[in-house]
Amino acid sequence: MQLDEFFVTGDPLIYGADVSIILSLIGIIFVLTKYKKWKWLWNEWLTTVDHKKLGVMYIISAVLMLFRGGVDAMLMRAQLTLPNNEFLDSSHYNEIFTTHGTIMIIFMAMPFLIGLMNVVVPLQIGARDVAYPFLNAVSFWTFFMGAMLFNISFIIGGSPSAGWTSYVPMAGNELSPGPGQNYYLLGLQVAGIGTLLTGINFLVTILKMRAPGMTLMRMPMFTWSSAITCVLIIFAFPVLTVALALMTLDRIFGAHFFTLMDGGMPMLWANLFWIWGHPEVYIVILPAFGIFSEVISTFSRKNLFGYKAMVYSMVVIALLSFIVWVHHFFTMGADASVNSFFSLTTMAIAIPTGVKIFNWLLTLYKGRIKINTAMLWSLAFIPNFVIGGVTGVMLAMAAADYQYHNTYFLVAHFHYVLISGTVYACFAGLYYWYPKVFGHKLNETLGKISFWIFVIGFNVCFFPMYFLGFAGMPRRVHTYAEDTGWFELNAVASVGGVLMAIGFVIIVYNIYYSIRYAERVKTGDPWDGRTLEWSTPAPVPYYNFAKIPDVHGLDPYWQIKKEGKQELDIEEERLEQIHMPDNSGVPVIMSVLLFIAGFGLVFEWMWMAIAATIGVIVTMIMRSFDPDEGHHVEVEEIKEIERNVRRKED
Amino acid sequence: MTQNSHSNFPWNHVIGFILSIALTLLSVWIALYTSLSITAIIWIIVSLAIIQAGIQLFMFMHIREGEGGAQVFTMVYSAIIGVIIVAGTIWVINSMMHSMSM
Amino acid sequence: MSHDEAIDPNQPLEFQTEKSRLNILGFWIFLGAEIALFGTLFATYFVLTGRLADGPGPSELFELRGVLIETFILLTSSFTCGIAIHEMRRGSRKGLMIWFILTMLLGLGFLYFEIEEFIHYIHEGASLQTSAFWSAFFTLLGTHGAHVSLGIGWMTMILIQLARNGLNSTTARKAFIISLYWHFLDVVWIFIFTGVYLLGMVM
Ligand code: HEM
Ligand SMILES: [Cu+2]
Repeated sequence: MQLDEFFVTGDPLIYGADVSIILSLIGIIFVLTKYKKWKWLWNEWLTTVDHKKLGVMYIISAVLMLFRGGVDAMLMRAQLTLPNNEFLDSSHYNEIFTTHGTIMIIFMAMPFLIGLMNVVVPLQIGARDVAYPFLNAVSFWTFFMGAMLFNISFIIGGSPSAGWTSYVPMAGNELSPGPGQNYYLLGLQVAGIGTLLTGINFLVTILKMRAPGMTLMRMPMFTWSSAITCVLIIFAFPVLTVALALMTLDRIFGAHFFTLMDGGMPMLWANLFWIWGHPEVYIVILPAFGIFSEVISTFSRKNLFGYKAMVYSMVVIALLSFIVWVHHFFTMGADASVNSFFSLTTMAIAIPTGVKIFNWLLTLYKGRIKINTAMLWSLAFIPNFVIGGVTGVMLAMAAADYQYHNTYFLVAHFHYVLISGTVYACFAGLYYWYPKVFGHKLNETLGKISFWIFVIGFNVCFFPMYFLGFAGMPRRVHTYAEDTGWFELNAVASVGGVLMAIGFVIIVYNIYYSIRYAERVKTGDPWDGRTLEWSTPAPVPYYNFAKIPDVHGLDPYWQIKKEGKQELDIEEERLEQIHMPDNSGVPVIMSVLLFIAGFGLVFEWMWMAIAATIGVIVTMIMRSFDPDEGHHVEVEEIKEIERNVRRKED
Repeated sequence: MTQNSHSNFPWNHVIGFILSIALTLLSVWIALYTSLSITAIIWIIVSLAIIQAGIQLFMFMHIREGEGGAQVFTMVYSAIIGVIIVAGTIWVINSMMHSMSM
Repeated sequence: MSHDEAIDPNQPLEFQTEKSRLNILGFWIFLGAEIALFGTLFATYFVLTGRLADGPGPSELFELRGVLIETFILLTSSFTCGIAIHEMRRGSRKGLMIWFILTMLLGLGFLYFEIEEFIHYIHEGASLQTSAFWSAFFTLLGTHGAHVSLGIGWMTMILIQLARNGLNSTTARKAFIISLYWHFLDVVWIFIFTGVYLLGMVM
């Protein structure tokens, strides 16, 4: 292979990206070396098994991916603003909507939420870590390396261009030759390992590691939503694993699962993809529901209305979400009985979703509402998500879907649910839990400014798309003629897109600003919170709880505060030594090897893939022989740490 | 805990083993040496396979020990998902193939 | 974390520590994910049956004798694996190791016959590339076979640890978990035997 085939050449945008990547790499290496931070990086971050640090790394990666996906989005809007625009040609445009969709769902939304789960869930249930801290690190690093593998495609070898759904025959060898589509397959495959492990890890953590007294029906709603999400992950991700593997076999090893020749069946891909794909959209919305529940309840100063109904509705959603997948391809020609069945199940799923909306509203009702940035995101979520949900039900009618399918109406639907659901929740969660991790709040003024700009931008951008859909504009077209009449609404949408980008920049700037100027929070409980995570100091000591709390009901920390019981007195309390897991370098190394194996397969360099796979096996054997006994934190050390973190509070 | 299975003769395992051999032979016989209809054969041998899987789970794998409840629940739930995936896919794809050939 | 290493002597060795109990439960859940994985492969296989392109069909190539040999070997290995755990619960490290070694040998035997069968098919003109049907066949069976191979390698590691460290709560837990894995592969095989071979020969 020639070097100029290996690196993507000829496009000024990509040269620009090359330069900025190289410059930032040099910058990072320079800073690390200058301040002698390499060792710190390795010891404190790369080898950590602490759920809070892993959570922070997840969130940082997710924000970076949000930036990358956002740049893609801006490019698409720039191209579509004017009719007959020639800013991007069709193949370039295809690549951009493909990477945009894939990155936003797999490498932004999910890791952001999993990052918040990492930070919060063990604290909410009164645990010192997750069930398998080592595997947790493996999860993070495989996700990270999978994301990197997917992302380097645009400078090395070329990006995938068959959409995030990768329908065949478009994604097959004939129409998508070269490494692009392989990057999609291998990047998702590597990251998928991590997601599955997270699912198992957090489910066991939630089932088995709750503080004494915390029965299932006393778990905070975010923990509940995480548990249900884990169930969805555990049963949905293997399907994706298989589907990706089968397409990999088709493309690299000449099999015939989805080919047009020799008996292959392209429709089978769509079927398998959506058996995973629909649960996946619920994987990224359920934790969001959990976050909104926490935020709304805290800032309405009430316990959550209809706790049980909330739980049951999530359970029902989890069950139903495995039997609705055909609504994504009503138009592929199944007969009426199939389409009707899946129409009905899809509409049924709107019922538990509606129940939840009413519960949030009734939680707000007569609450002593406190407005701040986290709460604003949650309040904006309700009406916007309803718009997304109602249009979802419109799409759920199979006969009507023949009109809407693959138009901008669909695009508007899923952005209304994904952005006003998942993305708002990520921001709400970020503002809400940020002080817990970093010991200072994010600036409220900047927070509110960014909120208004982003939310207005969002609605200006996506509401017109419903009407573009009615006007017949198909999704995934790179340009349109003038006489279509689509220009005005597209121009409006682009304005909204720019506003969202400004909002995002302000949010990121706010993090920088707050790190520099915000004052430290005085207590671990800056919001007058209700659940156990607020009973710990901020920032949280690495063992979380000096003493595991006892739980006597819902909202246990609120109860403690109401009963006027004071927090534990470190000098009086009888503490015991704490057992903690050791750091390990194996997860990073294993994931780097997986990355190399994936890279080898992308270019069909088998020697590389095989060598790296052997390396992975060796790391697994090393791990198996590692006694991994962990270490104990002595009582004196705990007292020392607790005195330090609590001293600030007086 | 299974009935004082320590130190004694492993009855559970021996019975389970004999049963699985017998059930295997029974399915072979039903599938290849009877003249039942295909549908009947499918129903019978799939049921026999499910029984055999149950033997492995309950007689060999100690599914009721440890977190017995959660483990049984996991297996039942996975079985349901498995059936949804297999039966659902067959149903959906066959329906599409059918309407294509019309 | 509450990996507090308190030993609970009323439980079998492999359940005595909190960490062991967590790991065993987690492994059961992992097996649940494996069911979804094999379910997808079965679904693929079933919808691709009959899509032979110009290649041979299963009824021409499947032979009862070889398949029965593979089945009995695997069923027996599941039995010996169960006995190994039974021995472990009697506190006999030697018994555990001997029955594990037997299990592994049977596993190797199974792989021998399976690979021979594959080579035979390829000679007859049925390979991964021949047709959708054979792609699905080789992928389903190959995934199961890869699991068996992995199981053999894994069991070897555990045998080494048993030999080096003796029978303690850690090695007992590891032995128990690999036994779950091994039995599970037998469960999968039962469905392969029924759904692939018997149905393939009937239809
Ligand atoms: C009230 C509940 C919902 C209903 C009834 C519903 C219904 C539907 C239907 C019928 C489609 C397919 C339309 C077509 O392709 O023509 C669809 C697509 C989609 N939905 Fe929803 N939906 C709901 C909620 C959600 C949620 C909560 C999310 C994610 C957070 C979501 C994400 C998506 C995505 C990403 C697609 C399009 C995927 C693609 O083709 O690229 N939906 N929805
Ligand atoms: Cu869906």
